[in-house]
Amino acid sequence: MWLTNSSIGRKVVMSVSGLFLVLFLTFHMCMNLALVFSPEAYNAICGFLGARWYTLALTAVLAAGFVVHIIFAFWLTLQNRKARGTDRYAVNVRPQGVEWSSQNMLVLGIIVILFLIIHMAQFWFKMQLNELANVCPDVNPHDGSYLVISEFKNWWMVALYLVWFVALWFHLTHGFWSALHTIGFNNNTWFNRWKVIGNVFATIICLGFAFVAVALYVQYGVLGWEVPQMAH
Amino acid sequence: MEKTIDLTLKVWRQRDRKAKGQFETYNVKGISTDSSFLEMLDVLNEQLINEGKEPVVFDHDCREGICGMCSLYINGHPHGPDSAITTCQLHMRKFKNGDTITIEPWRSAGFPVIRDLMVDRTAYDQIIAAGGYTSINVGGAQDANAVLIPKTDADEAMDAASCIGCGACVAACKNGSAMLFVSAKVSQLALLPQGRVEAARRARAMVAKMDELGFGNCTNTGACAAECPKSVSLSNIARLNREFIKAKLQD
Repeated sequence: MWLTNSSIGRKVVMSVSGLFLVLFLTFHMCMNLALVFSPEAYNAICGFLGARWYTLALTAVLAAGFVVHIIFAFWLTLQNRKARGTDRYAVNVRPQGVEWSSQNMLVLGIIVILFLIIHMAQFWFKMQLNELANVCPDVNPHDGSYLVISEFKNWWMVALYLVWFVALWFHLTHGFWSALHTIGFNNNTWFNRWKVIGNVFATIICLGFAFVAVALYVQYGVLGWEVPQMAH
Repeated sequence: MEKTIDLTLKVWRQRDRKAKGQFETYNVKGISTDSSFLEMLDVLNEQLINEGKEPVVFDHDCREGICGMCSLYINGHPHGPDSAITTCQLHMRKFKNGDTITIEPWRSAGFPVIRDLMVDRTAYDQIIAAGGYTSINVGGAQDANAVLIPKTDADEAMDAASCIGCGACVAACKNGSAMLFVSAKVSQLALLPQGRVEAARRARAMVAKMDELGFGNCTNTGACAAECPKSVSLSNIARLNREFIKAKLQD
């Protein structure tokens, strides 16, 4: 199968799974925006998703996307280290025009994944999994807004998430145009265009996430609004 | 007015493929800033021979930037700190009196060191032999206007064809990937009607050979194009990806 046993094939898998994850991020960011303006609306969206059959199917596809992207990342990196050989350069300079992020995608990806684990424990575990398997009986799995706001009232939690978004931004600025380049959707004319589009897109996504985190902190942490809670 | 400089050189010395190499430090004095980098190494080797020591082994041939024989990783850059030139075109005026210059061979599993600064680049020849040619006998030259080729295509093909196969792309790549070389060789033919006919077979065969020889997977860092002495464009890699994916989808 050329997708696994050729270098370009493996890169295509990275590219397509990466673009799929970018789509997911876009959806997730749009959904979060609702929480700033109306916790009820956010809960309505959560209710629409929840643990229904179509959401569970999509969750499985999403998880597969993550797993494939991560496994291929480590696989490619191991092969690339081998191809580099055992002797390292004593002096090595990053050439002009080479993005720092492009040479550190695995490290950035690992940071993103570590935060993702915390994020899943905080929310997915207490919402979708809780609804499915009742793993957390004290928590109402349908009251997403209460759960999220309770975390983002703390400044340090917001700060932690902002670090995550910065790592994600660096990962996406290289990942976006690189994904299109890998599937051959690039030429001299589109080269800089894709880079600009990728940077703008990554910035919108990360700013959107950051906006929600900071806005929730200001509303409930600084201004002291009462956290709306759904009747259990 | 001629100016001369004194330099400290840290040169990689390695007896053969299997031996463990190490850096040796040499001092050279009175190097003309008008001389080329390789002429400076010639001076060093004269000096070593006169001292009864083994001269430093390095690759070179035409010394005018077209043969692709010279290499050297100089102060962290393939072909030295200047852009869009080969080592033989690098002038000593780019360095200052008293500088320490670190000179290393290409370091990549695909290009094992033969001795000192000389590496084995026959892997590139094997990739070309796998399909980097047209196998059609086209006979005598046709009338120039018989096959019309858009100027932009002709220019892009010519830019790709300017690749001299020196291996700087592999040397610069943190993944040891040969994609810029292979993509240039695929592009120069795929863009023109004579090479177009066998484009799919060529992309398949050359990529397969490249993978087989243990070159890495491209991650689009762009270090190759930034360090390429002929400024071969990264967009060639997108074309190779396109050609390869199209060929595989046809299978």
